[in-house]
Amino acid sequence: MRDLPLLSAEQMASFVARGFLRFDAVVPDEINQQFIDAIGEIAPAVPGQKLRRTYGEILARADIPQVAAGTPLSGTYPQGSAIERLLNLPLVAGAIRSLVGEAPVFDHHFLHVTFPPAYHEGGESVSQHTHQDSTIDPRQAFDLQIMYYPHKVTRPMGGTRFVPGTHLRKVSEVALGRYQNIRGQQHMVCEAGTLLFLHSGIWHGGGVNLSDETRTMFKVRINPSKTQVRQFDLETLKPQTEQRPIFYLKGPLPPSVEQTLMTPEPWFEQDTGRLEFVNRIQLWRYLTDDPTYDADYWLTRLENSPSMA
Amino acid sequence: MQRQKVLVLYLANSALDSPVVAWAVYDGTGATRTMAGDQDEPPFATGVEALKAGWRLFQAAQILPHNRGQEFELSYLKYEFFFEQLVEMDA
Repeated sequence: MRDLPLLSAEQMASFVARGFLRFDAVVPDEINQQFIDAIGEIAPAVPGQKLRRTYGEILARADIPQVAAGTPLSGTYPQGSAIERLLNLPLVAGAIRSLVGEAPVFDHHFLHVTFPPAYHEGGESVSQHTHQDSTIDPRQAFDLQIMYYPHKVTRPMGGTRFVPGTHLRKVSEVALGRYQNIRGQQHMVCEAGTLLFLHSGIWHGGGVNLSDETRTMFKVRINPSKTQVRQFDLETLKPQTEQRPIFYLKGPLPPSVEQTLMTPEPWFEQDTGRLEFVNRIQLWRYLTDDPTYDADYWLTRLENSPSMA
Repeated sequence: MQRQKVLVLYLANSALDSPVVAWAVYDGTGATRTMAGDQDEPPFATGVEALKAGWRLFQAAQILPHNRGQEFELSYLKYEFFFEQLVEMDA
């Protein structure tokens, strides 16, 4: 485990700020094909057959185990299976270790299949409402969701839609379904073997598939069981010697963890965007075990209580 | 016979002339079927631009005080404005 390629401080800061890390085409074709073979052939659309039945047949037939929630991740997938091999790729194992620590636990997985219009006889092809998975989650800790795209996804195929930077909002699942479009939303158009690592709080939804090909994505949710604190590559974490100058700047500041944490998203409201910064700083304090850390003075100012000194 | 088209804009602050950060359209005429993720650029730059295009504002989010102890907690988008157009249709 010592040689695992852990995430750098810069990658961790990006995850804290935006709620995702994307790795394009990192899963070898051989594993992608093994996984696609494990799913089995998806039958053509059958006139009059309910989509739910088609889906149920796929899930029942796929060579993917039914696993109890709470199982140690290391014992979830049979040795040599596509997902076991994927999870043991050094990049993947290093990222999992960095984000959820040692001995992570399997929460659940799901095979998301999005069907072309021909399968929707009598219904309509629509995208999934934007939502946050699970339910209201007030923790500072977070779970990791890995989205695996075993085949190429084109824009007409839809792709997973997600909104960077939404992960720190405490919402109740699809209560936000009214928001059809949000500035800065991204669609997972990608090559085969792409992985998307998501903070469990990120807002997302499945895009409508208007192509003539079925789209498949496999999701695994992973819980921490020990600590998430200081699990990334600490050699890349530079000590903070002083605060950066703020507001009155004579030019752009160099790249840094602070720069990453203080970069807004296009959908940020003007006032609550500052609260997003505060919440990012709080999450960085948690992950680095540094209760005095600050970026651009947001928390230093708020925690300054001279009368209490 | 009239049918209602509804436009929901989420703005960057409580002012109607602030930028649009999120949006939705629901079409009661049935002429269009909008859905999540169908448009990456907003239909209007600001709420006022929607007014200029003939959309009628009929509801705006209140500006509410912050609960003590929960000042930094964020959840749903704050600055929600509902607009409508009434569209004449054949009976």
